[in-house]
Amino acid sequence: MARPVGKAHRQDARHESFLRHAGFRYLKLAVMMSLAAILGYFMVDAEPRPNGGSLIGYTLGTIGALLILWLTFLGVRKRAITAGRWKLKGWTSAHVYLGLSLIVIATLHTGFQFGWNVHTLAYVLMMAVIISGLFGIFYYASVPQQMSRNRAESSEVDMLEELADIDRQLEEIAQPLPQPYVSWVQKAVTKTKITGGLFTRLSGRVGNCATAKALDKIRAAISEVEPPLDEQLENVASILARKNVMLERARLHAKYKTLLEFWLYFHVPLTFALLAALLAHIISVFFYW
Amino acid sequence: MGDVFDIAIIGSGPAGLSAAAHAAKIGLSHILLEKTDHLSDTIFKYQKGKHIMATPDQLVLRSDISFAAGSREQTLQIWDEELKFHGINVKYQADVVEITGEKGDFLIRFSNGSELHARNIILAIGTAGNPNKLRIPGGDLPFVQYQLDDPKEYFDEDIIIVGGGDAGIENAMGLSADPEQGNRVVLLQRGPDFARAKPANAAALTQAKEAGRLDFMVSTTPVKLEPGVMTVESPEGPVELPCDRVIARLGAAPPRKFVESCGIEFTGPDREAFPVLSESFETTKQGIYVIGALAGYPLIKHCMNQGYDAVEHINGNTTLKPADEPLLEKVFAGLPGKLDVSGWLAELKQRVSIFQDLSTLQLREFMLESRMHFKEKGKIVFERNDIGSSLFAVVAGRVDIEVDPNNKKIIVPLGDGEIFGEIGLISGRRRSATVRAGTPTILVEIPRRAALKLIATVPAVKRAIDRIATERQIKTIFGSDISDAWMKRLLESSEMMEVRAGEVLIEEGKPGTDIFIIRSGSVLVEKEVGGKQVFLSYVSAGNYVGEMSLFEGGERTATVKAAIKSEIIRLNGDDFDQFLRANPQIRDRVEETIDARREVNRFVEAQKGSFSSVVDLYSSVANFLLEQGLGEATDALLIDESLCIGCDNCELACAETHDGISRLDREAGKTYANIHVPTSCRHCEHPHCMADCPPNAIRRAPDGEVFINETCIGCGNCQRNCPYGVIQMEKMPPKRPGLLSWLFFGKGPGPGQPPKEWVEQNHGLDQQDMPKTAVKCDMCKGIKGGPACVRACPTGAAIRVSPESYLNVTQREGN
Repeated sequence: MARPVGKAHRQDARHESFLRHAGFRYLKLAVMMSLAAILGYFMVDAEPRPNGGSLIGYTLGTIGALLILWLTFLGVRKRAITAGRWKLKGWTSAHVYLGLSLIVIATLHTGFQFGWNVHTLAYVLMMAVIISGLFGIFYYASVPQQMSRNRAESSEVDMLEELADIDRQLEEIAQPLPQPYVSWVQKAVTKTKITGGLFTRLSGRVGNCATAKALDKIRAAISEVEPPLDEQLENVASILARKNVMLERARLHAKYKTLLEFWLYFHVPLTFALLAALLAHIISVFFYW
Repeated sequence: MGDVFDIAIIGSGPAGLSAAAHAAKIGLSHILLEKTDHLSDTIFKYQKGKHIMATPDQLVLRSDISFAAGSREQTLQIWDEELKFHGINVKYQADVVEITGEKGDFLIRFSNGSELHARNIILAIGTAGNPNKLRIPGGDLPFVQYQLDDPKEYFDEDIIIVGGGDAGIENAMGLSADPEQGNRVVLLQRGPDFARAKPANAAALTQAKEAGRLDFMVSTTPVKLEPGVMTVESPEGPVELPCDRVIARLGAAPPRKFVESCGIEFTGPDREAFPVLSESFETTKQGIYVIGALAGYPLIKHCMNQGYDAVEHINGNTTLKPADEPLLEKVFAGLPGKLDVSGWLAELKQRVSIFQDLSTLQLREFMLESRMHFKEKGKIVFERNDIGSSLFAVVAGRVDIEVDPNNKKIIVPLGDGEIFGEIGLISGRRRSATVRAGTPTILVEIPRRAALKLIATVPAVKRAIDRIATERQIKTIFGSDISDAWMKRLLESSEMMEVRAGEVLIEEGKPGTDIFIIRSGSVLVEKEVGGKQVFLSYVSAGNYVGEMSLFEGGERTATVKAAIKSEIIRLNGDDFDQFLRANPQIRDRVEETIDARREVNRFVEAQKGSFSSVVDLYSSVANFLLEQGLGEATDALLIDESLCIGCDNCELACAETHDGISRLDREAGKTYANIHVPTSCRHCEHPHCMADCPPNAIRRAPDGEVFINETCIGCGNCQRNCPYGVIQMEKMPPKRPGLLSWLFFGKGPGPGQPPKEWVEQNHGLDQQDMPKTAVKCDMCKGIKGGPACVRACPTGAAIRVSPESYLNVTQREGN
């Protein structure tokens, strides 16, 4: 019905994920680099056998070391919000694909010579970093959607506020109740843990939850008490059930958040260990040259 | 009373006081007449502690009385002292009831019967001197008052405020601000809403009611007042309200009758009319001058300057240049042709048709806000897709409008006195064509606010702009090769209409061939498929709808309704049909463009059975985005939740680039089908926040960003006016140690918005009383690389979109 006239066709923020960034630009680059490395490795007939000390070995080693330094620099890039045309998405994309290309480049650099030494240690640490990174890619690609669905427009602060709100209601409604019901509800209010340590977070549930226990006990008690107490307990149970649902959501939220973060607790420290080993590797190589 | 004064000044407000001070200074015999027993009654009646502003900032103050922004008390005290210092001859309790006589010998009579002679008279009585009274039985009881000095004086009272204008609302808010005072405040408003009040005041009142601090009743009028009880007529019938005190704020009428009885003519019969004045503020009655609010200048600085100028003129100084002269000299500096300011003003009045009906005083005021340009031949005035909402007029020379972006040869020339840029002015959208100087050209550029004021003051300007805008829009859309005869016919049968959000322009299946051009706002096109309205497209200002039925046998093929409040030009379908028949080349062009639309229609029809869920999703996402206010957005931040890892690096980047305060809240806001609209500025076409900013600190930058500059006074109006809650009131946090000292030595709170505790601990003493100012997204104006939130997103979840591309958002290619 209409023809766009006089409209701005601004360069739109291209809507594609970091994995597809710029039409897989960095995937292509990484593949090309890897192919070039493989080609170089087999073209050059290194004597007495392929190893890190040959010309191709040094080349691959230098490229690898520089790549590692550059990949580490993502941590700074992410936090230093300087002016300029850079996009962190592009950096992430390059970080992922060029990081993966290290598998080829560094492995060829070793010439498949492994041993119980600092050189192999550096290699093993690097592979560990890459493997932890693979977890990262997997979670980044799969978790956000679930996390969005679970939180259903409420923010973390909202969730905590709603839980606090439910607790206030519980305290109010429990006050006129006789023992032992009051203390059950009291426990549900004071002893409920939203979540706990790493493993509790990752599981998305809390064993022995005070709220769940209180709910079970009250529900069981409803059929055994006389009116009007049963109705009062019914009300308490419905609020406890609501708290339970909210807790489930909050715990799942914590689980997803942890999934998106915890791999970094391997990835980053291992990177620093790698840098140290790499330094030792380079110094020792030149020292014993 | 045998004395004859050189000047009698009636009214001791800023204007009268300044006039009297100058008369005293240059030794003219004078008398300052004040109805009450104190100076400046209007300001005296302001609420205690009210802050008085000294705008416009750039205007110099030319007066023997000093004035600067400050509280009501400071201002009044200074004036009292300066009155004594200058030895001004003031007479209080002097209520003038009649002025007779001629220049050289006027006779002034007072309500107590006494008289006084003067050679000249300066009328500076303002408009607030006579408040409208509460005319009900009991309206004269002692607990009825027409002003409120200090809301803190009243405790534990039932107070009824009559009148829902700004004064009434401010009083109601003041009386109920402190719950400790225990006042029970009810505000009565005759109308169904608070249309006369500033939107921010009305919003604040509603909030206060919701918070239970006060109550108001609309469509309610007082009927009867007795000690302790007021009877009111409400929509539900008569109601008795407990009442210890009544504050009536019913506005004030300019004392036109009195002014006219002095022999002074007004510019017109309507309520807004002002006395006819010469450049030196002399009225049609020689020897009587009118200055200040009564002359149409409500700002204190203007009033004070006019007092000075009028006295100079009476003293025989006819060559005195007004105080704004140096400012106007600057406006006209650098132009060819060595004219002085009055020369230029005469030139403008003569050449530019929209200025013709303005008085020289009004023109001076407009020119203070406007800019003059001189462009060499071929130089660009503005380019297609530039952001700009100012109005231009050609003073001398010629500009060429390149109406067709694909063919720069097609131009429409505009000569002396013609205006352009009005489409941007009205629609708030980007410029629709490039304009170049065709010869060396002199232009005047009137910014949006001034242009709107011009349209509001001079009806002829509105008509001219409407007509020119319609014509220009038709040419932009259908090509510039439309003959004058056809244009005239189309214009004559065209109609300007305003539609509310949701109002239907075109109904599917109904006959009709009228064409609708969207002048401002936007519309939605929908089609019924399988009993559901399916969203087809979003059409923004500057485009048109409705032509398809001309080619499809006169029946509407889709429903069109307004997405937001819009202005529409309706063209008569029969005339348009004949126009197309007579102009086959235009008909071809129109038909070409609807082929694509037919394609979409056919596609949607075909999907009826099989893909209805896909189509459904598409249209419901579109509806969701429009509900979130993206219909009036020019650029909005969206987050694709299927990619968002919740790292909040967007917020960190925002805080890093904006003094440590993040202007966006990623997690808050609505989500639909993975598209999340965070709490962040949409940079609306006509920003709600701009509506009521006292220092005019909210501006639109050349690239379209709406931003708040450093003149913000922290009043919070914009925060209340924003329907999307994206403006916060914040103190600037203290400076943080740099990134590297955090990274290596753990100094400071690290990148991003510092936590509250850290801010409190590290605020210096000087920063503790720092006022909060409004902060909002400025789209990283002036930062190379553009919005930091988008640049700092590691996964590509954060995107910024303009309205034209919302729907592409819903169609991300794979993962």
